[in-house]
Amino acid sequence: MATTTTTASQSVARGGSFLVESPRPEDVFTPADINDEQKLIAQTTSEFINDEVVPLIDDLEHHKPGVMIGLLKKAGALGILGGAIPEEYGGAGLDKVSSTLLSEQLAAYGGFSVTHGGHSGIGTIPIVYFGTEEQKKKYLPKIASAELISCYCLSEPQAGSDAQALRTRADLSKDGKQWILNGQKMWITNGNYADLFVVFAKVDGDKISCFLVEKGTPGFSVGAEEKKMGIKGSSTTALSFENAPVPKENLLHEIGRGHIVAFNTLNAGRFSLGCYCLGGVKRTIEVSSKYSKERTAFGKQLAEFGLIRQKLAEMAIRAFALESMIYRSAGMMDAFMASAETGTNKTQHMMKALEEYAIESSISKVYGSEALDFAVDEGVQIFGGYGYHEDYPVARAYRDSRINRIFEGTNEINRMLIIQMLMKRAMGGVLPLIPKAMKLMEEILAGPSFEEGSGDAFAEEERMVANAKKVFLLTSGSAVQKLRDKLAEPEHQEVVAALSNIAMDAYAMESSLLRVQKAAARRGAGDVGVMSAAMRAFLFDAADRIEHEARTVLGAVAEGDMLRTQMMALKRFSKREPGNPIALRREVATAVLAGDRYPFEYR
Amino acid sequence: MNIVVCVKQVPAKDAPLAIPEGAAWIRETDIGFELNEPDGYALEEALRLKEKHGGEVVAVSMGPERSKQAIKEALAKGAERGVHISDDKFYELDPLGSARCLAAAIKREKFDLVLTGLQSDDHGFGQTGVLLAELLGLPHATIIMQIDAADGRLKLKRELEAGWFQWVELPLPAVLSIQSGINKPRYATLKGIMAAKKKEIATLTRAELGVTVSPTQRIERIYVPKKTKKTEILTGTAKEAAAKLVEKLKHEARVL
Repeated sequence: MATTTTTASQSVARGGSFLVESPRPEDVFTPADINDEQKLIAQTTSEFINDEVVPLIDDLEHHKPGVMIGLLKKAGALGILGGAIPEEYGGAGLDKVSSTLLSEQLAAYGGFSVTHGGHSGIGTIPIVYFGTEEQKKKYLPKIASAELISCYCLSEPQAGSDAQALRTRADLSKDGKQWILNGQKMWITNGNYADLFVVFAKVDGDKISCFLVEKGTPGFSVGAEEKKMGIKGSSTTALSFENAPVPKENLLHEIGRGHIVAFNTLNAGRFSLGCYCLGGVKRTIEVSSKYSKERTAFGKQLAEFGLIRQKLAEMAIRAFALESMIYRSAGMMDAFMASAETGTNKTQHMMKALEEYAIESSISKVYGSEALDFAVDEGVQIFGGYGYHEDYPVARAYRDSRINRIFEGTNEINRMLIIQMLMKRAMGGVLPLIPKAMKLMEEILAGPSFEEGSGDAFAEEERMVANAKKVFLLTSGSAVQKLRDKLAEPEHQEVVAALSNIAMDAYAMESSLLRVQKAAARRGAGDVGVMSAAMRAFLFDAADRIEHEARTVLGAVAEGDMLRTQMMALKRFSKREPGNPIALRREVATAVLAGDRYPFEYR
Repeated sequence: MNIVVCVKQVPAKDAPLAIPEGAAWIRETDIGFELNEPDGYALEEALRLKEKHGGEVVAVSMGPERSKQAIKEALAKGAERGVHISDDKFYELDPLGSARCLAAAIKREKFDLVLTGLQSDDHGFGQTGVLLAELLGLPHATIIMQIDAADGRLKLKRELEAGWFQWVELPLPAVLSIQSGINKPRYATLKGIMAAKKKEIATLTRAELGVTVSPTQRIERIYVPKKTKKTEILTGTAKEAAAKLVEKLKHEARVL
């Protein structure tokens, strides 16, 4: 499915290039570019989740038998489960923007979105990208219709973040016709009612490989339902394999290439996870805003109090920054897909897209899960004592949110990955980080110059974004110089995480600014006032965070004169005009309260 | 049976509405729009009749470019074609003007039946369907609860007041205004949405239709109703207060 016509003019940006390039506003995809068909997909999903799923939350939270399966079948009939599946295998073959919208809507109930992610995301993608024609034909149409429920089985009791340490083994039977699986899996989403299990196991001791295991396989058993803190509506179980025979043809992809299957799948899963989180933040804004008008204290509505307004505004501001990043990334993936020459295998090309934008996918996961955790925490705070009561939806949202920072690669792992991937791309010459860092050094040594204001309405913001990237080059350059290949070692994780935070905030800042600039060009600057306030408030705080993280990095990796020179440079790049974030947030809060919702939808 | 269904795009029900100073219409930027809910029931009824009797469903809408979305929703749910009367100033039209434009576009179609919703959720005039029938010179019935079509005739169940219904019969072709709640509108499936992209939407303008309209009515002003809250405490013993309450319910509120 093609994206809007505006994509046609968009050049294909390389993954991670946001740190070294400055795209024009018209080059990035923004929610205002979402077309009518994509909106209809969001509408169908929203109607389904609100009319069919939300009324059954109580039953789902208590695992009433058959309820979730019934809903999955309904979702399958509407096409909601086949987003990642090409049309020729019974799916909808959605573009990334459409599947982003779909994921956002599903977030109305965490228990459902996680089930959907386990089935239609990471439970499906391995087969779509790595399955043989026979495997695709056999399983994908049934996954799309929910005739088969699928799940992804990587984690083990002793192997979580260090997935490659998995111990489940697969040995070829004596007659060479079967794989014999032995071992255990842990935290398997959909475990209880799945029919198909995408299982990772080692062959010959160290060759990670992937197998499709069907329910009912002898020696294969599913553990009891885990007692989780949240996402209670979803099923999570352990799995056990005791000499479980799997037909030889159920090997997925190649022996010893299972880690490729696992990582590519997680790239896709991470991106979607950020999209679910974005939808969750928007939902939290809605319920919190409504409640802030219903509840009174000291004779006033909560909504009239500055600190409540500040919370509502901040939720919307973070959602805005997250949304700007996510749709920009989704647009890049779709542009990458559209750039494929005719005759290219679309599925293979999509996998390349996921690999290309793995950095952006990790950012979506980390930023999204932390934005949601912030929002639900403040949501509970706005509801006060009632927020701590299970009868109110924010209590559940609060519990449901917490897992997002843990699964699909913890945020810590993803922070490491972001920098590792950037460095790999820099070393491989894909991203000109090194020449850019050297050029920056020249600029620093040349001393301060009088920068001319362009006179543009967003000149100050453009400068802030440019400086954020310079701070990344300065700090990452300094860190690499000092630590070289030791940067990847566990004892330097704090430095890497700080660099990651700078990179993420730089991406968020730029995506927010470009979106406002694009909207201003389209609608006139007078018409983007509130959006501009949200962007400015975000930039104001992000610049502070970046300066803070940069100090942390420089203090750890530089010393003496070098440290002093770099601190001077940091000071230069952190210079900015005073702002009034309180006033900006009031403006945003007023817009939230006017409609009891996130105010920048489709803008 | 070829059916034309009129669909309108209206501001989303939960959209925060702002009225610019002295304006006679709401500020349209920054609000969402959706298919007029009553038209959703008409569309569903049209699709069901088509599925039962064959033929095609054509969705007709009037409004600025954005209103094509209402047609696209109809196409995604199963309508075969769309006709968009492109008109950026359509909100200035009164119901007669709207009906004239719609009638001119519908006359170009070969149809057996025209369905409209009962009213629109924005202006809520509830007249367009009736006027349309008059302009097309066709029989018309309102508040339709059930449609049985056979042998070129329609047997229709109409909702009256106080739980009463009426059965009427009309010859085809005819124009019907559908009561909301008559059916449960379907979802647009993702497959339907994809397929809709390949369906045709013809665009017409007022000039092409040869319609000139001179409004017979216009909106002077719109405003948010002022809140008037009057609380009256009834005094006396419980018996006296109850008697006063009954009196008021009978003669002031007239609910007893």
